[in-house]
Amino acid sequence: MREAGTIRKFWWILQKDWTMEMRTKDRWVAMMAFVLMTVFLFAFAMGSPSARISAAFPGILWMAFLFAGMIGMKTIFGHEMPEETLTGLILAPGDRTAVYLAKMAGSLIFMVLVEAASTPIFFALLQEPWPKRWGLLALVLTLGALGFVEVGTLFSMIGAQMPSGDLILTTLLIPLEIPVMITAVQATADMLVRGRGSPWLWIHGLMGYDAIFMALPLMLYDYLWEV
Amino acid sequence: MGKSIGDTAILRDISLTMAPGTSLAIMGPNGAGKTTLLRILSGLWAPSQGELRRFGARVDKEAKSDRRIGFLGHQSFLYPAFSARENLMFYARLWGMGQPAEHAAAVLRRVGLGWSQDDPIRTFSRGMLQRAAIARMLLSGPELVLLDEPYTGLDFAGRQLLDGVLDEIKGAGRSIVMISHRVDEVMRIADAVAIMDRGQLTWWSDLSAVAPEYLASVCQDQLDAGGWHHS
Repeated sequence: MREAGTIRKFWWILQKDWTMEMRTKDRWVAMMAFVLMTVFLFAFAMGSPSARISAAFPGILWMAFLFAGMIGMKTIFGHEMPEETLTGLILAPGDRTAVYLAKMAGSLIFMVLVEAASTPIFFALLQEPWPKRWGLLALVLTLGALGFVEVGTLFSMIGAQMPSGDLILTTLLIPLEIPVMITAVQATADMLVRGRGSPWLWIHGLMGYDAIFMALPLMLYDYLWEV
Repeated sequence: MGKSIGDTAILRDISLTMAPGTSLAIMGPNGAGKTTLLRILSGLWAPSQGELRRFGARVDKEAKSDRRIGFLGHQSFLYPAFSARENLMFYARLWGMGQPAEHAAAVLRRVGLGWSQDDPIRTFSRGMLQRAAIARMLLSGPELVLLDEPYTGLDFAGRQLLDGVLDEIKGAGRSIVMISHRVDEVMRIADAVAIMDRGQLTWWSDLSAVAPEYLASVCQDQLDAGGWHHS
């Protein structure tokens, strides 16, 4: 019974967030605008194709996704604050971790959509050859996005309940995201840059990071909600 | 029971019993712990010490919500971008209620918002927003309603409507816990009153034998004793 309530809670919160985003398009527009601005700036700054661009490409890609993701994170709980709707969600039947999971799943969907829409543009404008193992690239992009949104959703929730929440989100999130970003950049580089090793070591690292940060918020959720 | 956040005690040695079908008013200055008590009763927070029993059953240490409880807080718990009907249908689905559209329409008509049910909440006046929040609270047909200053923002018609809603709840044998700063509201709605200050119950009484003037004088005494920072 409780599990049914939890699944229902997860599903309707996810659908509500999606409907709201489709109506306002706040998150989608802000994230895409940042990513496109980044790729255009780098394309103009770096000029013609060179080994220098190839070496920097994974870093440029993930830097754009990191900051676009942070822009998206600010809206996750932002629209729950004006009328304290987060309390309404918590009080609904079902486990309250469904709120965290639905918010995280919604963020993952948006992050992956932004990656899917913008990654081909990065390859085209920076004139990098499209990877043969594009399925593996999709896996790395998804695992990196998952690691990012797991930590990001947790800190967005904490920040949403504090007066200087934006500052907390910015100052605490970036250091905690460094491991997932380094791992994602290394895995992407191993795939795209010739002469480097297999990306699987880094992909397994991403999986481990994702597993840890999936479990941690679920264990801390009740405590964090009351602090 | 008690409630602490970090080293700060918000509630201390609270001991209260309510019979089904009765209504209790909680009064006290700002920061007395009234809203915290309501949040614990709602299942939003768990007590740090002692135990809480709701509907005769002990609530675990972990805070738990219960669809038999309706909670009207300081905010509406409604999304400004959605219409009143969309908001209520969302909550009906969240609570697993069948026929969400019919339930939403029925409670919105009850609070006099049938004509504006498709307008976004952000276009509502303060009084209309409070009516929509009351509709949300009534949606699941709660057996216990928790009200945190429910008359705030309501015009004369709105106050009459809320009086009628609360009379219906009492008439149906359901229970009410209401935070209020006004003696007239307390005398009209409640069977009993409890006064809180600095996280503790300082005075409580059955209201059947208490005159409004006496309750007002008790509030004044609390003020004179330095406990009541604001009324």
